[in-house]
Amino acid sequence: MERNRFYPKSFIPVLVIFLVLFVLGIIASFMFGARSLTLQEVIDGLMKHQGEIYETSVVQKRVVRTIFALCCGAALGIAGVLMQSVTRNPIADPSILGVNNGAALFVVCGMAFFQINTASQYIWFALAGAVLTAIFVFGIGSLGRGGATPLKLVLAGAATSAAFSSLVTAVMIPRSYVMDQFRFWQVGSVGAGTWDSLVLLLPFLLTGVLIAVITAPALNALALGEEMATGLGVKTSLLRLVAAFAGVILCGATTAVAGPIGFVGLLATHVMRMLLGPDLRYLIPMSALSGAVILTVSDVLGRLIGRPGELEVGVLTAFLGAPLLIILTMKAKVRSL
Amino acid sequence: MNQTTIDLIKKGRIRRRGRWIAVTTALAVLTVALCCAMLLLGNTIYPVRDVAAVLLGEEVKGATFAIKTIRLPRMLAGLFAGFAFGIAGYVFQTMLRNPLANPNVIGITAGSSAAAVFCIVVLQSSETVTSVASIIAGLLTVLIIYGLARGKTFSIGRLILVGIGMQAMCNSIITYLMLIAKEHNLSSAVRWLTGSLNGVKMEELPVLMISFLVLVPLICVLGRSLMVLELGEQMATALGVKTDRTRVLLIVSAVVLSAIATAITGPIASVAFLAGPIAVRLVGTGTANSIPAGLVGAVLVLAADLVGQFAFEVKFPVGIITGIIGAPYLLYLLVRMNRKGAF
Repeated sequence: MERNRFYPKSFIPVLVIFLVLFVLGIIASFMFGARSLTLQEVIDGLMKHQGEIYETSVVQKRVVRTIFALCCGAALGIAGVLMQSVTRNPIADPSILGVNNGAALFVVCGMAFFQINTASQYIWFALAGAVLTAIFVFGIGSLGRGGATPLKLVLAGAATSAAFSSLVTAVMIPRSYVMDQFRFWQVGSVGAGTWDSLVLLLPFLLTGVLIAVITAPALNALALGEEMATGLGVKTSLLRLVAAFAGVILCGATTAVAGPIGFVGLLATHVMRMLLGPDLRYLIPMSALSGAVILTVSDVLGRLIGRPGELEVGVLTAFLGAPLLIILTMKAKVRSL
Repeated sequence: MNQTTIDLIKKGRIRRRGRWIAVTTALAVLTVALCCAMLLLGNTIYPVRDVAAVLLGEEVKGATFAIKTIRLPRMLAGLFAGFAFGIAGYVFQTMLRNPLANPNVIGITAGSSAAAVFCIVVLQSSETVTSVASIIAGLLTVLIIYGLARGKTFSIGRLILVGIGMQAMCNSIITYLMLIAKEHNLSSAVRWLTGSLNGVKMEELPVLMISFLVLVPLICVLGRSLMVLELGEQMATALGVKTDRTRVLLIVSAVVLSAIATAITGPIASVAFLAGPIAVRLVGTGTANSIPAGLVGAVLVLAADLVGQFAFEVKFPVGIITGIIGAPYLLYLLVRMNRKGAF
């Protein structure tokens, strides 16, 4: 019987714990905010579908927001795993690679030069920005000996981010209308989530998840090294291309609808890698789960800390994620930097 | 060593010395010219005679206000802060033997700014307390980053990565503090975040000038040991440099200088990072380049501010201009270092 146990040892307890956290996160997200509700009020609000009472409308707003946060978190978690596997680099994350700022630059240019002003237009610009920036940063980061080492990638990402954020400001300053719109997009966080933006995100999320699940076994082989993977019958360059594409559209689409949110991919993946080990068939879905939990809980915390306003979720995830980056750096061997 | 070798070495020294003097003089002249331009140009262009008269303390109708309260402080702030950023950046780059290591990239500026914003927003403390706190925070950040990056073997790569993480954390703290800030504190807090020479007041300048007069000579004197440090720790010790003491003194002076300058102008992007390499390119290696690096910093800030003020229909703060100039250079440098396999 022992031979049939094909999942990691800690899989079941971890799954249960994270499912519990998931449910608790959702309940907390329904309850807390500028005005907190009791559990009873939440249930009442969910049951009565007429938007007459105050609680009902509050709860319904929070329902959208919560689903939105869950989807974004899952997308970012998967994007993190994919990017880390493709680059075989433990600290690949959209924010570190400068993808967020690339998306921001494209959105601002779209507002300034092409007069775009709806979420469905933003998403295409942000996506294009994310994809091009990712290619650019990877290109610079993998020049020279040793390919894309963490240090090279991070520095390329940091330099690109710095360049793009200066450009964003430069495009914005002379045009006050762009500044107004952009501030709205940038501060967007998950609070700006609506059913419409959720519908926009969904196709990208599904495509990304599908690709991630299909490529997981092959990516496992890739983790053994280029030659080994080829020997096992994996077309490595095609695999890298497809998986990287999925990672970039996942984080690009999320950035497009929710604004720049960093470090979730890093946090989600490493928590799971620590608990479950490196098997991507489990790591991918579980990172999606932990990403969703992390983003939702951060969002709730942001609402509580920032009362009566709210603290954007990206600020909190950066605060939580940056120490992880430092720890990962300290653990890494000097050679592999 | 035979006579010809000694002659060769001597000749080389004289040549380098000559080049150093020529370049430094040229940079100084350029700086002075830019300073004059800062005083002359503006919404109204006053004749040179009027400007000179104002500077000598005479009252000229209209010109006195524009020059004494607006242009002179702006020019002085740009000059001293630019010099401070340039020299501080050079010190870090040389000491860590990596052009990417400068206070902005490795999170020291962000640490200072976070402490300053905390003082302004939460403690509502005076300007002096804020400046002192920001200096202490800058030094603490250095200590923390160095401690975390040390591990079993010290590596610059690790130091930079840890610094980038540190910076992300400090920035998120700053964002939070700005959110809870009261409106009347916002304007003084914002100053710590974007590099700009707008609204610099004459009263703020003496602190910067005094610390400048104390610390810049100190750095120049230590600059000779810095050159030796460039050869590596062991070599420097063998040549009789007290490496630890020199290092600590240099780091403290550089951090203090750039924190005080930041208190007045905000972090002006890329200057600390650009000045050193440009100075080295101009002067060549093998000489103490602290002063040329400082001058290049001043030139960059003053020129960028003039461009920001007059080149476009809208006025851009100086930090945006330097940021846009600096970023492509940073990328170019990365490409070159990667090709060479420097990491």
